[in-house]
Amino acid sequence: MSAGDALGVAMVLALVAYVLFAGADFGGGIWDLLASGPRRAEQRELVERAIGPIWEANHVWLILVVVVLFTGFPVAFAAVSTTLFEPLTLLMFGIVLRGAAFTFRAYDRPEGPVRRRWGLIFSISSVVAPLLLGAVVGALASGRLRVGPDGMPAAGSGGWLTPFSVATGLFAAALFAFLAAVYLAVEASGALREDFRRRAIGAGVAVFAGALASAVLSWHQAPLVFAGLTGRAWSLPLHLATAAAAITAFAGLWRRRFRMARVAAAAQATLIVAGWAVSVYPYLVIPDVTIASAGAPPQTQRLLLGALGLGAVTLVPSLWLLFRVFKGGPARAE
Amino acid sequence: MTDLSAARWLFGSSLAFHILFAAVGVAMPLMMVLAEWRWRRTGAAQYLELAHRWAKGTALLFAVGAVSGTVISFELGLLWPRFMAFAGPIIGMPFSQEGFAFFAEAIFLGIYLYGWERVSPRLHLASGALVAISGALSAFFITLANAWMNHPAGFAVVLGQATGVDPVAAMFPPGWQHEVLHVLLSSYAAAGFAVAGVHAFFLRRDAGSAFHRAALAIALSVGGVAALLQPLSGDLSARQIAVTQPLKLAALEGHFVTGRGVPLHLGGLPDADAAVTRWSIDLPRGLSLLAFHDPGAEVKGLLDFPRDRWPDPLKVHLAFQAMVALGSAMAAVALIGLALAWRRRRVPTERWFLTAMAVSGPFGFLALEAGWLVTEWGRQPFTIWGVMRTADAVTPVGNLTVPLWGFGAVYVFLAAMVVTLLWRQMIPTAPAPAPGGEP
Repeated sequence: MSAGDALGVAMVLALVAYVLFAGADFGGGIWDLLASGPRRAEQRELVERAIGPIWEANHVWLILVVVVLFTGFPVAFAAVSTTLFEPLTLLMFGIVLRGAAFTFRAYDRPEGPVRRRWGLIFSISSVVAPLLLGAVVGALASGRLRVGPDGMPAAGSGGWLTPFSVATGLFAAALFAFLAAVYLAVEASGALREDFRRRAIGAGVAVFAGALASAVLSWHQAPLVFAGLTGRAWSLPLHLATAAAAITAFAGLWRRRFRMARVAAAAQATLIVAGWAVSVYPYLVIPDVTIASAGAPPQTQRLLLGALGLGAVTLVPSLWLLFRVFKGGPARAE
Repeated sequence: MTDLSAARWLFGSSLAFHILFAAVGVAMPLMMVLAEWRWRRTGAAQYLELAHRWAKGTALLFAVGAVSGTVISFELGLLWPRFMAFAGPIIGMPFSQEGFAFFAEAIFLGIYLYGWERVSPRLHLASGALVAISGALSAFFITLANAWMNHPAGFAVVLGQATGVDPVAAMFPPGWQHEVLHVLLSSYAAAGFAVAGVHAFFLRRDAGSAFHRAALAIALSVGGVAALLQPLSGDLSARQIAVTQPLKLAALEGHFVTGRGVPLHLGGLPDADAAVTRWSIDLPRGLSLLAFHDPGAEVKGLLDFPRDRWPDPLKVHLAFQAMVALGSAMAAVALIGLALAWRRRRVPTERWFLTAMAVSGPFGFLALEAGWLVTEWGRQPFTIWGVMRTADAVTPVGNLTVPLWGFGAVYVFLAAMVVTLLWRQMIPTAPAPAPGGEP
């Protein structure tokens, strides 16, 4: 395995962490927007309580991905930044408004209308950001974004907005909502728990629909991904494993084994990200940028790997502490 | 507006906005944890109240700093993709380390803010200390990247490509110590003075408030010491750039003609076309003395360098004068405040001093912005000094005025909200004399 491949693995790991943690924070925002029924206020309170202490730490995974990309694969960073200028700029608005509105709501006056106004900004940007993130990922795989060897857009480069990228956007939003609902079901109790159980089951169906739509559309609109998803030796075992995780998550939700559902849902999301990563390998931007063509000098890549390893030594125990303190289970919360 | 100037305005306003929150993220956790430490030592309720209030302020400002910093990490590529494609492998290391420092900051701030009832007192205090340390480390690493742009090292350019990349040498370019020191001190001075200014303002109304006295004592200690050390750090920086960035020194001093024993221009307006600085008060031999600690030393003037490499001496000189004037005023206030506190063995509450403190409250942030403009304007027209011009780094994507206005509106909105919410945090000013928890 080359240093570039190892960095690619590190980036996928960081992306998995981003999806599992920050993705669920965005999903929480989606459930804030979709809060309904007699326990609407309690649903929103649970979301706020659940993500308050952790969303900023979870958000850093994205920054880590960006930093590894521009240090380890500078040409890919230039290519992504220029060809996806529009969705990434819009994503920035989503990220800024989501975080700011969430924090402002916590520190503004506690009256209903004030909280609702911030809540609306928070929740709408929590929907917009995953849609854009998913669309960006889809566009990178579509083969429409063409760049020269310096990473600058080349003649004939197509737009980022296609049915396929819309499908991957919806897929990402559904996945984030699903993760959030499953996690929230673990943290809730009583009728509130049932609310999130139903939401998790509904979102799980949406994840399946999003995956199916993305796969079908990829046949025409992202042929390399389609080939990767269907034609390789590991394709079938990977899909079987993902399906097994999905079924386990459903079974856990159905039989109210929420902790089991949480593990299975996280495994399912991990396998989805991993499956996407191996099906686009070795491309970073299909078809012009690969791990090898975009690579920084090997000494930089090796040093960066060392720095990531060293950073992980401090990061992992700190994160473990954070989640032990705040996610140790509902018993500790009361 | 050209795309280049739109890109510069957008990136500049993003950084000018973010830098305030970044400085707060460095210094505020230190004050917050000092307040908690005092409470645990003394059991005095005002320190607990202070730790809570400051923690709330930190939380609000940190969140805005986190999201505005994310915007900048993306804007590096969105606005300057050619710069990043070239520089990423060379100066990515400090960014990656900053990423982990930011992780630690966010994790332990979460534990600090939400963990009052959930973790042991010792772990809580340690979490606060870790936030303060990792905030300082973040600033340390990011400033290294800026130091490299000012004085690139750790690579060679062959046919427009970087070769022989040595990321470790690039991480510590000549003079990094001075710039890092200056930035860290500026953060403590700026946030310390701003907080001290607010509490001095309230002490003018109610000189007996134990709460505001405690706050002023801590904020003045942090901000005052930093403001006193800052002129020394500035002297180190000036002597450093006299050797490594003589063109920048000439621009920021409005110094055109190379000579020995050259004067220092106080104030004045440099006129690049006429190659003269008008209406300044000149201190004979002052610049030679300051830049080289030798009244007869030779100092290179702007005219020694090709005109197409000059920054705009008018802008750079004015920003530099503003920074020095504000910094000097702060050092004077700090000296008086610390001397009074030393003599009285308590926090000074003389009305004239409180007025001076309140008035100079914003000086630190103004000086910080001015100093940042000095280093950025002073490096123009280059983004990597001598290697890549800013005009060659900009993205080929057009219509940059659209995101410029969009982000401009968002920053104005966020700034207004932050000011409103912070103001509301401070009022009511005098907390009810809480029965106070036992430490």
